[in-house]
Formats: sequence, C-alpha cells, structure tokens
Amino acid sequence: MSNGTLEIKAISGHSGKAPGSGVSRDYDVCKLVDTTTCIGCKACEVACVEWNGYEFRETTFANTYQTMPETAWNFWNLIKFNEMETDSGMQWLMRKDQCMHCEEPGCLIACPADGAIVQYSNGIVDFNQANCIGCQYCVSGCPFNIPKFNAATKKVYKCTLCSDRVGAGLEPACIKSCPTGCLHFGSKEDMKFEAKKRVDQLIANGHNDAGIYNPGDPDPTPGVSSPGSIGGTHVIYVLNDAKHPENYALPADPSVPLFVKLWKGPLKWIGGLGMLAGLAALFGHYVRYGPKPLDEGDEGRRAQ
Amino acid sequence: MTNGWVDIKNTDMMLIMGGNPAENHPCGFKWVVEARKVRNAKLVVVDPRFQRTASQADLFCQIRAGTDVAFLGGLINYAIQNNRYAKEYVTNYTNAAFIIKKGFKLPEDGLFSGYDTAAGKYNPASWNYEEGGNVTGTAAAAIAAGDGPATAESIAAANAAAPPPPKVVAVPGKPAPPPPPPVGLPPNTAYDLSLEHPRCVFQLMKKQFARYTPDMVSKITGIPADRFVKAADLLTSIRKDGDTKKVGTIIYSVGWTQHSNGSQMIRTAAMYQMLMGNIGRAGGGINALRGHSNIQGATDMAGVFDILPGYLKVPIPADADLAAYLKRTTPTSAKPKEWDSFNYWSNTPKFFASFMKAMYGDAAKKENDWAFNYLPRIGDKRFSWVDQWDAMYQGKLKGLIAFGMNGVSIGPNSQKNIDALKKAEWLVVCEIYPEETAEFWASPGITKEDQAKIQTEVYRLPGAGFAEKDGTFVNSARWLQWKWAAVPTPGNARLDHAILASIFLKVRELYQKEKDDPKTKFPDPILNLTWAYSNPASPSLTEVAKEINGKALADLKDEKQTPPEWKAGQQLPGFAWLRDDGTTSCGNWLYCGSWPDAGSNTQRRNPDDPSGLGIHPTWGWSWPMNRRVMYNRASCNMEGKPWDPSRKQVWFNEATGKWAGNDVPDFKPDSNPKDHMGPFIMNPEGVGRFFVPLAPMADGPFPEHYEPIESPIKNPLHPNQSNSPVVKKMKTDMDKYGTSDKFPYPCTTYRLTEHYHYWTKNNPMNVQLVPEPFVEMPEELAAKLQIKGGDKVKVSSARSTYYCKAMVTKRIKPLKLEGKDELVYPVGIPIHWGYRGLGDGRPDNERTPVNLLSPTVVDPNAFTPEFKGFLVNIEKA
Repeated sequence: MSNGTLEIKAISGHSGKAPGSGVSRDYDVCKLVDTTTCIGCKACEVACVEWNGYEFRETTFANTYQTMPETAWNFWNLIKFNEMETDSGMQWLMRKDQCMHCEEPGCLIACPADGAIVQYSNGIVDFNQANCIGCQYCVSGCPFNIPKFNAATKKVYKCTLCSDRVGAGLEPACIKSCPTGCLHFGSKEDMKFEAKKRVDQLIANGHNDAGIYNPGDPDPTPGVSSPGSIGGTHVIYVLNDAKHPENYALPADPSVPLFVKLWKGPLKWIGGLGMLAGLAALFGHYVRYGPKPLDEGDEGRRAQ
Repeated sequence: MTNGWVDIKNTDMMLIMGGNPAENHPCGFKWVVEARKVRNAKLVVVDPRFQRTASQADLFCQIRAGTDVAFLGGLINYAIQNNRYAKEYVTNYTNAAFIIKKGFKLPEDGLFSGYDTAAGKYNPASWNYEEGGNVTGTAAAAIAAGDGPATAESIAAANAAAPPPPKVVAVPGKPAPPPPPPVGLPPNTAYDLSLEHPRCVFQLMKKQFARYTPDMVSKITGIPADRFVKAADLLTSIRKDGDTKKVGTIIYSVGWTQHSNGSQMIRTAAMYQMLMGNIGRAGGGINALRGHSNIQGATDMAGVFDILPGYLKVPIPADADLAAYLKRTTPTSAKPKEWDSFNYWSNTPKFFASFMKAMYGDAAKKENDWAFNYLPRIGDKRFSWVDQWDAMYQGKLKGLIAFGMNGVSIGPNSQKNIDALKKAEWLVVCEIYPEETAEFWASPGITKEDQAKIQTEVYRLPGAGFAEKDGTFVNSARWLQWKWAAVPTPGNARLDHAILASIFLKVRELYQKEKDDPKTKFPDPILNLTWAYSNPASPSLTEVAKEINGKALADLKDEKQTPPEWKAGQQLPGFAWLRDDGTTSCGNWLYCGSWPDAGSNTQRRNPDDPSGLGIHPTWGWSWPMNRRVMYNRASCNMEGKPWDPSRKQVWFNEATGKWAGNDVPDFKPDSNPKDHMGPFIMNPEGVGRFFVPLAPMADGPFPEHYEPIESPIKNPLHPNQSNSPVVKKMKTDMDKYGTSDKFPYPCTTYRLTEHYHYWTKNNPMNVQLVPEPFVEMPEELAAKLQIKGGDKVKVSSARSTYYCKAMVTKRIKPLKLEGKDELVYPVGIPIHWGYRGLGDGRPDNERTPVNLLSPTVVDPNAFTPEFKGFLVNIEKA
C-alpha cells in the first residue's frame, strides 16, 4: 500500500470530502469476499483478465455456468458455482476463487529460485517470472491450487493482488469492478470487522451457520474458526455455511503440505548437515590417508 | 419504474418476478443487496428457474411460465382474506369504492360481459361506472335485493326479454350512418365508502380473486400450495395488524411483458401494490426494468406504432379534424362529485399543439389545425412488430429499414422472418456487426439455388456503437443522463443520426424536385418538416435535445409561475408553460424541463442526496419535472402527512397551503387535502384503477388467468376457455402452433449476464465466459431421456428445430399441475446465439437463433410476442 504521500487531500469541483482523506495509516491489505451477496456476474473475472492484459482463451461447455474448471495461468480470478440442495431448499453457491495471499505462503516456502516469489510487508505474495526457473515446486506448495504453469514460457503465474494498482494507491481490479459491493478491500483488521458485522446480521436473520473463512489467522475474531497452518491469509470470506467450506470448494483445513515444509525446513537442515558431514568425512579421510596414489594405468594415460 | 433504482434501498419487502435483475441488471441489483444488508429487507423470487436472482432470495417459488396472473391473483386474494391491505389508501386513492353498472359479468366461465364471438373481441360498454354519487349505507339493502354482478344466466334472461335492436336501413346513394359515439365515463360516479356494495369495485375484485385459492394457484402454477401460502404470508406481512409504515416493492421485466396476457400480469401486480398501499411511496412502486440502455427513451419518443412522443395518441381515420382528435384523446374528469381530480391529460391540446410546432414550425398554423392532416392515421390494422413481418411475408410490405434491430434473431418465429425478407424488395440494415438480418440470405439450410431466387436488394450501412455517440440515455428510473462520445467512429462508420439525416435530405430533395408532378401525392409533410440544424447533414444532438425540450415562440406570461414571464426564443423550464395557441414548441412534453435556458439538466453530475432517500435531485434529470417517485402524493395519508415519517418524500405544508418535499410533489401544488384530490393525476378519476373502465384493456377490466397459446394443460379455472378470447393466432402457412402430445415441455427464453442480446457473440471476452448455446433441463427429464450434461440435443417446436448442448441442472424441477401426480418438465434456453459471430463458418458451428422456436402470437394490448411459455420437444441429437 502506498505510504500515504499520494493520499488525496482535496479535489477541484468536487462536493463533500475527498474520498479516502484522513484514513491513511500503515496497514496490511486484505480482500473480503462476501459470498452471500455474490451474484456470480463474473465482472471480476473480466476485470482481472483485462487489467492484466491477457488474451481471450477458448473455453468449452461443461454443464455449468462456471467459466472453466480451475484458474489458469492467464485467468487468475474464477467464480466457482455449486448447485446444492439442502433442508432449506435449493442453493446456488458462487465463490470468487483467487490467490489467498497467505501469511506463510506455501509457494514461497517451496520455491528454490532466488527472487522468484516475494512477499511484501503489506501481505501481498507476488511472483517475479524473470527469476522463475519453472520447477513448479510452488504448485505443490499451495494448499489452494492457485499457481499455474505455462508450458510455453516455462513459468508459473498467479494473482498478484494487483500489486501494481495497490502500490499506486488503488484497489485491485476485481474489487473495482464488483457491482453489488460483495467485494471489499482494506486492512485486514477492517475487513475482519466488516466480515463480523455481516456475519452477525446473517445470524440475526436466521442463517445460524454463517461465519468467516479466515484460515490460520493467529488472531481471529472470537468465535471464528481459523484452521490451518498458513499463518492467516490476505483474502477472507463470509460464508452462509462456514461449517462446510468444502461446499464452496474451499479446503476445510488448508496447510502447506508436510513434504514442502520438511524439504525447506528439517530436510533442508538435515540435508545441509549431511552435506557438511560428507565434507567433514572427506577431510578426515584425506588427513588420515592422504591423497590417493596414482596407479600404473593412470600414469600411462597421463603420459600420453 | 414508478420509482427508481436507488430507491430500492428504501424498501422492506421485495417481490422479484418476471425479471432476473441479478442476471440482467447486475449494477442496479446493488440496491437490492443494499436493502437486504441495511434494512434487513426480505426478498421473494418467483421464476420458472432458480436463477442468479433466486440465489439471493429469502424465499423462492418455481412457477410455470405464463401463469403469473394466477400467482398474483392468489396474492390479492390472500391479502383480502387475511385483512392485510391498506384500507384508507384503498378507499380514497383507488376506485375500490366506485360502483360498476348493472350488467357487468365476471369471467367465471372465462368470458367477461360483452364478448362478441363473431368478431372475437369485447364490446366494453358494460365495463363502466354507475352514475349517482354517494351511495354509502345502501349496501345492505342492495345485498338483500340480490343486486350484484351479472351472471351468464341473468344476461341470457335479459337478452330474451329485451326488444330486438332497431334495424339500420341503408338508404341507396347515401353513406351508411356513422357508428354511435363511444360511451364515456359518467361525470358523477356512484361510490360506497364502506366498500360493501355488491357492485363496488372492491367487492367485484374480491369475488374475482376469491377463485384464486392457494389450491387453485398450485394447480395452475405448479407451486406447492404450502409454499405459495408461505410466500403470500411473507409478502403481505408488511400490512399485518394494520401497519401502514412498512413498504414493499415489485420488480419485473420482460418475464411479464412477453406473454399473450403480459399486460394483465403487470396490471395484477399494480393492483396488488395499490391494495397494499405501496404505489407512490419510497421503497414501493411497480418497477419495470428496461433491457436496453435506452429502451425507456425509445418508448417515450414513440417506440410503438400507436403513440406519438410523450404518449400522445396517433390519429385514426375517424378523427375528421383536430377538434375530433382532441375530443377523443383528451379525457374529461370522471369522479365522485365530492372529490377532486387533476386530470392531467386534460392538457393534451397544449402538448399536441406544441409537438406539432416542433415538427412543422411555421407550417403548423391555427388555420390548418397545426398541420394535423400531416400525421398518418392508423385504422383497424395493427402495425406492431409481428404484424409488419406478417405483412412482409404476405408480400404486402415491400421494404424494411432495420436500424440497430436484428429482426431475424429477435423473432418470434425467425424462419418466418427470414422467409419474409426473401420476399421483400429491399432491406436496409444499419449495424456495427454483420448479423443474421443483413445476412438472412445465408441462413442455415439455404441452398445455392434458393439464394439465386432471392431478389431482395440489401444495403448495409456502417452505424456507430454506443460509445461513439453522444446524446442521452433514459434509464429504467426515467433519468435522462447525457453521455459523451468516448471514441470516434472507426473506418467508414458514421453516426446514426448523420445517416438518417442524409436519407431524409435526399428524400426531401426528390420531393422538392417532383412536387408539381401529378404523381406526387402529398409532399407537404416532407417539405415542411423543420430541419433548422446548423449542420443539416449531421445535426448536433445538443440541438435535437433542445428542440425536444421546447422553447417559447412568443413572449409568454403566467402569473402563477416564477418567474411569471418567458421571452420568445427562450428554452422552456417545464411543461406547465406549454400552450395550445401555437406560442410554444416542444418535441416531447415529458422531456420539457430537461434542457432549460440555464443549460442541460441531463449533464448534471452532483451526487448530493440531502434527504438520504436516494433522490439525488441534482444528478441528471428525471421525467416528469425531475420527480424521482411518481404519484408521491400517495406517500401521505388523507391529511397530507407521510405514512412513514422516517421516509418523508413530500407533505402538505399547512402554513403555506402548499405541497413541499424532498422530492418534487407529483401533484397540484396548492391542492388542500380537504379537497380530496386523487393522487393518480393521469387518470381522469384521479384515483388508481383496480377496475379499468371501458376500452383501455382489450381483454378485460380485471385480469384473469389464461393459458399461454401453447400450454401443457387446459385452464383449470375454465377448461372450455383456456386461452384469452381476444388473442389471435396468425394465419399464414408459417404460423404453426403445437400441442402437448407432440411437444410436452413448456419452454421459456432468457438472457445471461455473460452476454448481451445477439451482438456479444462477436466479442471474445464474452464468448470466453459462456462459449456455447445450451438448453437447461431438470435432472429428472435428462434421466428420462438418457441425456447427460454436455450432450448435443435437438429442441423442436411446431415451428422449427434448434440444436444445442444440454445443461442438466437441479435448478429446474419437474412440476405437478392440476393436482395430478404426473410430472411436467419445464425447460429454458438462453437467447444469445445465431449464425453470425465468433466461430462463424466453422464446420461444427450449427448455431441458429433460438427464436426459430417461438410462436407468432402477441399480447392484445401491447402487442408483445409470447417469447416465454411455449411448447417444445427434446431429443438426443
């Protein structure tokens, strides 16, 4: 987020207060997706593709209103549709799927390439394709199935939370395009507050299972479930039925896969130790036995 | 909309039916979301499918397409039976208390009184008020005397007893005597404030809808009776225990208009809203969502063949002169003697004279009836959409100018339209894409030999897209908002009005040249049309907009106005200044005030909303006279005080003796509430009409449920009169109608968020979101037909066939109708595809317009085709 130096103080010919004036402070950023007011219009899908300058990709009919089965390397924002019959009648759930911008990002943890993935202090996790080596470890590291590999460029891509827009003091393109106000953008603290307010209203209106999906948050709003080991996310959801996130195609307990954690954690350390031990053994061997004498054949080849 | 988009945020209760705003109006839908989030407003959605709007609903009912009158009539019945209606409002602001003449019969057998079997239409003479003033207190005596609406038996008895009508003998050599003058409304209407008289409108309405019990509603609509009762209970809960504060709104769209009784569906909804006292109030109203960005503007500016701009009527042959025309079209007030009526249409002569001055300038003189004879007359013939295509198919209509109007795709019965174009001599299409109408000669199935036989000369004109033109859009909320061209027209494309201007100038040149030729019959209307634009070949839309607003042609004085004088040449500030003496000109009285001398109000962009009610009085301009909620006098009780003080729109100020408000009062400003002037100032009665007297509705003074022309069942109310008796099938060999034995599935058509009509199929981004045509069907039907999601299927109707993929869904359920266990399987098809667009020319591309399937049958009042609720069959292809 901009540090406030470009905060608007006054606007010519504009009645009332300048939007956003006097609210600048240091904060992390967060998207709030209120699925209870999402109408699945796909404006966010289009805004994302257009802002990021990607071309039309061919899609096929798959017995659903959903544009494609999963996000793609050049389609980072996808509304997932789910038809469900419950005791209270038919439900048609729509949820905007995109990178969750985890506080402890599995992709970043898994990535071996220096500078291919960066995490900003405001919470945005961004890919820098110039440094990407195409190993796709990040794909394995993500509990939300977000990074996607482009076989042509041999690079991996995903939602940037519009780091370019946010850096200039703008909201992400998806937020900007949302017609119903189901998408909100602000500090994580504010978004949790907004989410709680909406959940309270939903519960008061008989949606007893309404809740916030805010996985791994070390400081969740009281009474809010926060499963997982990802340290919190910079995208949170309001769900009508927070007890069953899987109905929205959300993992109930997202966590960075164990082998990724092992490989960048203990395994790396053990590996390092192993390598050190090998070197130490080599040195010991040298000290103890000295250099290996050349045998006849070797001598002969050298002479040639 | 009587109200507006932003106003939806003020509501407590929403019924969305016959429309799918989350899908088709996602930006406006934000106000529905707002009402739910901020006011805890409830949302009931009734639709043939569980669609995007339904996904947001508190309660959803799946209705069979075309049975909306049954549902809404059931609501009226429920509200009356449970005493959940606005008594004071109904008694004083509607014609509920008015007594209807003896001899009026309700349609228990499917027919109102006055049906002429031979002509297939009604003589509405018995649909009228009785004269006689206040009869309150006579109800008991009338009931004791057996007074009440006529029945089939009593009418037969009366006819038998009456002497035969005198025969009119034609005298040779003399023209037949003119038909008797039309019967008008009585000046001193009889009324019963107790609403108990057996022939008062309220009792007749109660009787009419008493037949619409929850069981009957269920038999017709397929909605289980208990679910209907749940919906009715929730919707009418705003008037529980005499509450008058809460407000409910009804939001609809072409899901109501596109039926053979569409006008009556909307009327039933309006009646329900009047019964609940919701019209005129913030958060209330009856709100039509318009499907194109400027369809409201098109309608206001004479989009239909029988109206002139501002809803003035087109003359008919019987209008011998201006006086006769004005006598026919200017209503005189008809009301109880003790009540007052503004009767705003009494100003018709002023609106008309000013319109004619705008059209013909100095050539419109008092001596020539303001050039009245320049206007075409319409006779008995209809010139509606389907009638024009029918005439072309029969070879009677020789040419067509299709301007931004893809007639083949729009349908109905697209093949008939394609074949009609084959018979036309010429076709002019102005478009931004190659589309189905311009390329009808390359429609699927056409052979080289067929093509060789087509003699139609096709001209294609490169028009401009919406972002390439300035001008105003009039939105659903009646707001005129100026827009500025964003980009220039590409290539050789030209502005639409420049194209129209050059056609007109050429035609005028020809008339000028040949005006003395005896073959030139009547050049005056063409030669005398005003065309005083700075650039005649491409008029500036600023000049056109100012011309529509109108100006003073002489110095005007009116002491009642501020300021009391207006100089010749000045733009007029509002229609109160219009005159019938030729001293004002105005292209559309409703838009008078949009562009006064101070500059364009349509360009205002001040978002201030001092009242917080979403009125935004200085953003754009809304007709009439910047009123954001129409009939807002009805937001106050009889004393002129708001029903809900927390939503104060207008009120009567005792101190000044005038109406004031946050909104512009839609009322006579100095009418004291004691005078009992009705709030519905456009009706000669001054009150809202539960019962529409005389001729305005061709199919009955009350709504009645009639089956769609193609229906899976007989009308459970009266199986012998299943369809509307005044709806006619067309008669050419291309007008075929199916029955449920061959075509068992009721089908509806609709739009998707991802596409816009028939032109986004050219845009990769939209095509990416939804790439292919499909038919939505219930899982149960798919299982029965052994169809899986994604299978190619053939959908056929009596007209044609349509190929697409199957979308098998839980969101449409089989229906139980007529109380039987047998299931009826509704299906639905989005409209967006055709044989032109991306993928065009690919061998696997068999895309055709879905309107190949829809029938040529129209609503008898608005002439809108029945695109929803026709019969199809489905097979695996």
